[in-house]
Amino acid sequence: MAEFQRLHCFLCTGSGCVAAGAFDVRDKLREELEKHGLSEEIDIIDTGCAGLCERGPRMNVWPDEIYYAQLQTKDIPKLVEEHFLKGRPYEPCRMTDTVSGDIIASEMDFQFLSKQRRIVLENCGVVNPEHIEEYIARDGYLALGKVLCELQPADVLAEIKKSGLRGRGGAGFPTGLKWQLLHDAPGDTKYIVCNADEGDPGAFMDRSVLEGDPHRVIEAMAIKGYATGASKGFIYCRAEYALAILRLNIALKQARSYGLLGKNLFERGFDFDIEIRVGAGAFVCGEETALMQSIEGHRGHPMPRPPFPTQKGLWGKPTSINNVETYANIPWIIRQGGEAYAAIGTEKSKGTKVFALAGNVRNTGLIEVPMGITLREIVFGIGGGIVEDRAFKAAQAGGPSGGCIPAEHLDTPLDYESLTGLGAILGSGGLIIMDETSCMVDVARFFMEFCVDESCGKCVPCRAGTRQIWQLLTTICNGEAVMEDLDRLEKLCLMMRDMSLCGLGMTAANPVLSTLRHFRHEYEAHIKDKRCPAGVCRKLVTFSIAKEKCTGCGVCSRNCPVDTIFKMDGERKYHIVQDACIKCGSCFDVCNFDAVNKE
Amino acid sequence: MVQSDLARELDIDRFGVEAVLFKALDDFMAEQQYSPDSLIEVLHRGQEMFGYLREDVLKYVARKLSVPLARVYGVATFYHLFHLKPHGKYEILVCMGTACYVRGAERIISALESQLGVKMGETTNDGLFTLICARCIGACGIAPAVKVGTDVHGKVEAKKVRRMLRKYEGK
Ligand SMILES: Cc1cc2nc3c(=O)[nH]c(=O)nc-3n(C[C@H](O)[C@H](O)[C@H](O)COP(=O)(O)O)c2cc1C
Ligand code: SF4
Ligand code: SF4
Ligand code: FES
Ligand code: FES
Repeated sequence: MAEFQRLHCFLCTGSGCVAAGAFDVRDKLREELEKHGLSEEIDIIDTGCAGLCERGPRMNVWPDEIYYAQLQTKDIPKLVEEHFLKGRPYEPCRMTDTVSGDIIASEMDFQFLSKQRRIVLENCGVVNPEHIEEYIARDGYLALGKVLCELQPADVLAEIKKSGLRGRGGAGFPTGLKWQLLHDAPGDTKYIVCNADEGDPGAFMDRSVLEGDPHRVIEAMAIKGYATGASKGFIYCRAEYALAILRLNIALKQARSYGLLGKNLFERGFDFDIEIRVGAGAFVCGEETALMQSIEGHRGHPMPRPPFPTQKGLWGKPTSINNVETYANIPWIIRQGGEAYAAIGTEKSKGTKVFALAGNVRNTGLIEVPMGITLREIVFGIGGGIVEDRAFKAAQAGGPSGGCIPAEHLDTPLDYESLTGLGAILGSGGLIIMDETSCMVDVARFFMEFCVDESCGKCVPCRAGTRQIWQLLTTICNGEAVMEDLDRLEKLCLMMRDMSLCGLGMTAANPVLSTLRHFRHEYEAHIKDKRCPAGVCRKLVTFSIAKEKCTGCGVCSRNCPVDTIFKMDGERKYHIVQDACIKCGSCFDVCNFDAVNKE
Repeated sequence: MVQSDLARELDIDRFGVEAVLFKALDDFMAEQQYSPDSLIEVLHRGQEMFGYLREDVLKYVARKLSVPLARVYGVATFYHLFHLKPHGKYEILVCMGTACYVRGAERIISALESQLGVKMGETTNDGLFTLICARCIGACGIAPAVKVGTDVHGKVEAKKVRRMLRKYEGK
C-alpha cells in the first residue's frame, strides 16, 4: 500500500450493512480499483456501524465528504469511473435526507447526525475495528496508560464517581460505587465481567460497539481491573453476535501482542487478561446471577441475592459486572475527566445514552444523545418524523422490561428518573416508535410472549404468571374476553412483579401495566366493541375482496391455506367465503393489486 | 483415536468418518483442558460438527468432561440455540425481534408456514428446510429480516417468500 492515499473510502461492515451486501460491494470495489490501477491511490477502510443501517451498505469518502448509501455491486463500476477517475461524485447513490429528499452534503445537514453527541460511539464508523493502530491513533489506550502510570486505584474510583456514570445495562446503578464495592471486597482473586448478552430483542447498541470499536471495551475492562484489584475479566457475549465475537477475538490477540493485556502492563506490575464466553440463546442469562451460572457452564438459572456478586460471584469469588455501553464510556471519562462527563446530561443522569431507534420513524438506526433530550427531539428531529406523516401514538422504551410513553409525554426528558415515573424504563435503550397502525394490546402481547419463551422456569410466579398473562392478552386480542378479565390481568401482573425471583419476572409485566395505564381504552375497545382500533388483531378484522380492483389473477386463492377463496360464477373475479376464513391474512399479503380489504 | 471401550459402549465405529468427528471434538475438549466450565462451548462445537446434538454426542461429552449426563442434557435443552433433532439442509430463521415484529414478521411466518406446509420449528418432508425463529439477528435496520442458510434477506415481503425460496429449492 502506498504511503499516502488520495482518497479514503470508509465502508461500513457492521452487521446491518453486511446483511445488505457490504462484503460483495467491497470485493467489487477492490476489483474495479485494481482494473483502473487505482489501488495504490485509494484506500478502502472497513469500519463499524455508524447507525444508519437501514441505508446500508454505506460508504463515506474522505476528504471529499461524500456520503453514499444503499450501494449495490452493479453501481460500483460507474461509481469508480465517475468519482474516482473523473472526480465527480456519483449522484444516484448519494445519501439523501429522508424528509426533504435533498442530497446530504455534510454531516451538519443531516438532522440524524447533527443532533447527536458521540462518546460511546465516537469511533464507530471511523476506525477499522480490526486494526489496533487505528484505535491507538484516536487516543486509544491513552487512558489505560494514564491510569497505570499516574493514578492510584483510589484516584480512578474517585474520577468515575465524579463523572456520575450509571450502569447502562438496565438498573442504572452508580458505576463508581459498584467498582468501590469490588475494590473493598476481601480476597486476592476477583473477577470482572462485561455483560454483552444484549437480550432486549430490539436493541443493538452493544453489538455495534463490539463490532465497531472492540478495543474500547478491552481498555475499559483493564482500567476497571486495575481500579478494583481484579486480574481476570470475562466478556459474556451472545452466540448470535458472530461478527462481534470474531472482532473481539482479533482485538484481544492484538492487545496481547502490544503488551496491553497479559503480564506486567506498562511495566507497572499489573497483570490483566480477558476471556470470551459465548452464550447459547437465553434472555435470562443477561441477569447477573444467571450469567455467572452460564459462564461456569450451567443452565442459566438466577440465584437469590444476597449474596451479591461482589460478595460471592464466579467460582465463589468477588465479581463485578458491567454492561458494554457502561464500559465504553470509561476511556473518555479518564481522558477528559469526570467533570467534563458530568457536565453533560441532567442532574441525576449524566452523560449520553445510545438508543436503538426502530419502528415507524423515517430514520431508524443507532443514535447517541445527551441524557435529558426529549422524546420529541428524537422522534421529530433525529428520527425525521413518523412515516407517511401519520400521527405519533407512543414510544416503547426498555424492551420486555419496559413500558410505553404516550403522546402527551413527548416533551418528557429522557433520563432514568423521568422514565421510571412514567412506568417505563431507560433500560437497555431499545426505543420503538409507534403510530396509529400499532395496536398497544398486541405490543403488550408480543413482549409477554417473549417472556413466556424466556422464563427460565425456576420460580412459579414467573413461569406460570407469564403464561397466564399471555393467555389473557390473547383472549383480549381475539375479542373473547370480558371486562372482569382486565382486573384479573392487573392482579396477575402485580403478583408476578412482587413475587418473582429475578428481574425477568419482576419486570415482565411492565409492558402490560404501562399500556393498561395509558391505553386502557384500547383494551376496552377489544373487549366491549370487539374491535381492534389499529386493525392489527387478526381475529377482529374481516378480509374481503374489492370487486372493482380484483383482476382475477387467482393468486390469493392459491395461497389460501384453507381454500376458501373462490371464483365468482360467470366472472373473472374472486370472493372469500367468510365462514371458513381463519384470518391468516395471506390473501391480503399476496394480492398485487391491493384488492383485498382488511377492516 | 476414540478410546476403544468408550467407542464400544457408545457404538461408535472406531475407524469410520464418525471417529474422525469424535476425535476432532475430543481435541477441542483437550484445548479446554476438559474443564466442565467449557460445557457450553463444547456443545456449540459438537452441534456445528454433527449438525445436531445426538444422544451419543451428549454421552461422549459427559464422559470426557466428567460431568453427569443429566447436567449435559439439562444445558442442551435449556438454551434455545441447541437442538436435539436434525435440521433440514437450510434453516429458515425468521427474526421475531421487536424491529422485525413491528414491520410484519408474523405475516412472514404465516406465509412461510403455508408455503412450506410446516409449522414453526418443523422440518419439511423433503428435509430441505427447517423453519425456526430468533429474537433479533442483528439486521434490524433492514427489518423484517429472514436468514436462509447463511444468507440474510432484508425487507422481506410476505408475497415474495415464494420467490425467495426458489433459489434454494433447485440446489
Ligand atoms: C432478565 C434480565 C436480563 C438482563 N439482560 C441484560 C443484558 O442483556 N445486558 C446487560 O448489560 N444487562 C442486562 N441485565 C442487567 C444486568 O443484570 C446487570 O444489571 C447489568 O449488566 C449491570 O451492568 P451495569 O451496572 O453496567 O448496567 C438484565 C437483567 C435482567 C433481570
Ligand atoms: S390476488 Fe388480488 S387480484 Fe388476484 S384474484 Fe386475488 S384479489 Fe383478485
Ligand atoms: S384470510 Fe386467510 S383464510 Fe381468510 S381468505 Fe384470506 S387466506 Fe383464506
Ligand atoms: S451496520 Fe452499517 S450503518 Fe449500521
Ligand atoms: S429485530 Fe429483527 S434483526 Fe433485529
